Amino acid sequence: MAPATVLARCATGIEGLDNILEGGIPRGNMVLVAGSVGTGKTTLCLEFLVRGAERGERSLFLSVTEASSKLIQNLSTFEFFRRDLIDQGSLVFVDLPVLYDRLGLGHEELTPEEIGILIRTIRDLVRSLGAKRLVLDSLTSVCYRIRRDEQIRDFMLRLGQELNEAGCTSLLVSEIGPTPGRYSLHGVEEAIVDGVILLWNTRRMGDILRVVQIVKMRGTAHSRAQYVLELTPIGILMAPHLKGGREGGT
Amino acid sequence: MAIDIGERLRALPTGSAVALKLDPREYADHYFAVLNATLRDVGSETDTHTIYVAVTNPAAFVWTLAQALDVPMDRISFVDAISHIMMNYSNPLANATYVESPRALEEIMLRVEYLLKKFPHPRSIVVVDSVNTLAIHNPPELLNEFFHILLNNLKSRSVLTLVLETSEEETTGVEQMLNLVVDETIDVARGGR
Repeated sequence: MAPATVLARCATGIEGLDNILEGGIPRGNMVLVAGSVGTGKTTLCLEFLVRGAERGERSLFLSVTEASSKLIQNLSTFEFFRRDLIDQGSLVFVDLPVLYDRLGLGHEELTPEEIGILIRTIRDLVRSLGAKRLVLDSLTSVCYRIRRDEQIRDFMLRLGQELNEAGCTSLLVSEIGPTPGRYSLHGVEEAIVDGVILLWNTRRMGDILRVVQIVKMRGTAHSRAQYVLELTPIGILMAPHLKGGREGGT
Repeated sequence: MAIDIGERLRALPTGSAVALKLDPREYADHYFAVLNATLRDVGSETDTHTIYVAVTNPAAFVWTLAQALDVPMDRISFVDAISHIMMNYSNPLANATYVESPRALEEIMLRVEYLLKKFPHPRSIVVVDSVNTLAIHNPPELLNEFFHILLNNLKSRSVLTLVLETSEEETTGVEQMLNLVVDETIDVARGGR
């Protein structure tokens, strides 16, 4: 019997995550990082990029919701952050609203032609930089300007294809409510992506715990267990979520 | 007594998990003997770093005792899971990381891991003080799971783990649980036998 194909992995550099993902995300895959506010989505994505840049993979952060300068300021509180990665161009931050303005995409709802322009612009940026890792923070903010489900589906399919062809592994941030039910604004996004990493806050006797779970990761025999996540100065650490014999945790 | 405990600990294979049983009637003497053996005798050996999980007494209190034993600051770090709920957090120690509640068991695990990564030493010791206080704040099933995962994780990293336990003559549920997860029990009341 011929051996099964072994997919090349893009190690996230977050030890706990790589351990439950058979070493990392399949290279070129597009993954949704879904969670409510304060669950660690942006930090997880930033560490993914920093660890990649450290390994010599140029990494690109497309920011929609927060100015890059503020993100970098917050990032500098982590010991794993290295400013020289930005100075040498290994870690690149781009503010998407600035791109919108340059492309004349300033109005509220994007037309199909404008969606095409946006995809080509991201593709060209990735290709010109030779970026191997990309984060879009957030997909939700982009999707607020793409109202129809079929257009979102088309946008994501085309973006995923372009990034895959460029060998670029991407994390798309999805902002959802505090109660997990679906993983994106429209509910179509999770069907298109190759993987879903879900983060949420849970309570135990009044205390809040950050929890992470891999819901989906194509090409990966991943763990389906829940893990508690901690944002430490040296990066994200994960531990099994204790259940104490109770289904669904405490 | 202190020499006995220290010698017993030194003789253990790497990655051992040990319960140190203290008699509540002689708690102060036993506690000081355990600190002397763990922090000074074994902990002060070359290339050894101790991570002290303070749940019974705040890190500041334990640090005062450690200073009396001439333990240098760079040889010991604390995970303090009690100061917050005691509203005693105004002067945080430089060598301590604070967890908000002794119920945040996963966070305690993660802070221990954080300190192990932050201060990599050829030999590390983790002291959990104590299983009884953790049992006050956590249901037994959760505590069983916590100790099972923590001790196995530390064993796989060749870390010597010491769990302090205060108990009377009769065997409690906590003690039974601990017996299942540790490699050895040292009865301090009986001179380390």
